[in-house]
Amino acid sequence: MSTSYLLRCRECGKTWGNQPKSVCEDCFSPLEVSYDYDQARREFTRERIAQRSNNMWRYSGLLPLPADYQPSLPVGFTPLIPAPRLASELGAKCLCLKNDAVCLPTLSFKDRVVAVALANARAFGFDTVSCSSTGNLANSVAAQAARGGFKSWIFIPSDLEAAKVLGTQVYGSTLVRIAGSYDQVNRLCSQIADEHQWGFVNVNLRPYYAEGSKTVGFEIAEQLGWRLPDNVVVPMAGGSLITKIRKAFDELTKLGLVEEKTVKFFGAQATGCSPISTAVKRGSREIEPQKPATIARSLAIGNPADGHYAIRAIHETGGWAEDVSDAEVAQSMQLLAETEGIFTETAGGVTVGCARKLYAQGRISPDQTTVLCITGNGLKTTDALSGAYQAAEPIPPKFAAFEDYLETTLDIPAEVA
Amino acid sequence: MSIKVQIPSALRRHTGGVGSVNCEARNLEELFSALDQQFPELKPHLRDEAGRVRRFLNVYVNEEDVRFLGGNSYAFQDGDEVLLVPSIAGGAC
Repeated sequence: MSTSYLLRCRECGKTWGNQPKSVCEDCFSPLEVSYDYDQARREFTRERIAQRSNNMWRYSGLLPLPADYQPSLPVGFTPLIPAPRLASELGAKCLCLKNDAVCLPTLSFKDRVVAVALANARAFGFDTVSCSSTGNLANSVAAQAARGGFKSWIFIPSDLEAAKVLGTQVYGSTLVRIAGSYDQVNRLCSQIADEHQWGFVNVNLRPYYAEGSKTVGFEIAEQLGWRLPDNVVVPMAGGSLITKIRKAFDELTKLGLVEEKTVKFFGAQATGCSPISTAVKRGSREIEPQKPATIARSLAIGNPADGHYAIRAIHETGGWAEDVSDAEVAQSMQLLAETEGIFTETAGGVTVGCARKLYAQGRISPDQTTVLCITGNGLKTTDALSGAYQAAEPIPPKFAAFEDYLETTLDIPAEVA
Repeated sequence: MSIKVQIPSALRRHTGGVGSVNCEARNLEELFSALDQQFPELKPHLRDEAGRVRRFLNVYVNEEDVRFLGGNSYAFQDGDEVLLVPSIAGGAC
């Protein structure tokens, strides 16, 4: 039930049909998928969506999918849960978490974009898929390529977390480690994609891939009972997710599935890689690239391609951007785990830490409905908390030994205990 | 200064298929002027209506983003290799 769609230049408006291409050859600007919204109006309705399974494919009507595409994995439709205990820590009242730490199949929101990218890779006839990645994308491309019978070549900066490296290799991918930053890997992949006929999900398939991010926005609205939140806090690396959630909300409004509302968009970055939040705070519309130095490696993009559009989304909606130190990232990961039982990766720590600042600054009103986007799973970045917990000395398997242990641990007098 | 410029495939239809070209230029401004002269059809793709180099075009010199080298004030060295790359991201979000 996909609506007809084609590639359109975001700046000059020229259309390019459907092909593996991400850049307008006329003005060099990014291409984006645009839809026939008159057709969508008939097919993309609450009723039709409700009849479909609880996964992101229920929104196929506004995803760029080949007509005969049959999904083979239940990607997305992750929980949107109230977070009262975290809320009270942050001084908030109505706080929700969109928990993509449990997105299938590889525990990050990247599963959504890869699912859409590989549907198109198949349609374009690629037998090999590829990506440059800070880790989560690598895991997702590797896993979904294995499931789909593609060969995969994955390019990563050499300093990635061990779990993200192993979590790519296990799927049988060819993993190429590059001695350089993500931005250098990315530039290299642009050159490779120029010469090799591979489906690079975030280069030549990028316009299709990026549309998968909209499903985060569609789900938030549906899970709130088909209404939009007042605020969303979104982690920013390349700046794509924040712009695509906004696109999702705009499409739902345009098609009448939700009432019109200005949702404020708040962007979150790590201070050690904060080109977008720095520009927002300076009041600038231009990105100055940075050399990343942060434990939030999944957000360590110093030259964010969608940064310009992310700034626009923040500025036009009355939002803001913040950034937090590595120490705050780790503390915020612990805070989320201790208050809501969700172990997120460093990017989630960035989001929670920035939300704390935004509430403290009064930029987010406590009474309003606010959604924090948790995009990845903490089991992939355990090294961020290495040293935070000491392994206790083991005790003998005897009740008396435990009672002694309890006494020393709790430091409570025996007669009271 | 003689520098070597790699033209990405997306732009080669405006260069008659040429993928690599040698230019004489001391800085970015001179480089783009040299490209304007050599490939007049390329000019409107590299520059906007106001003549500015387009926002989504990244310039790398010997694999380094030119903005880290001083941008417009960077003085080319003989033998520098320049890459023109469209701005494309990935990463987590």
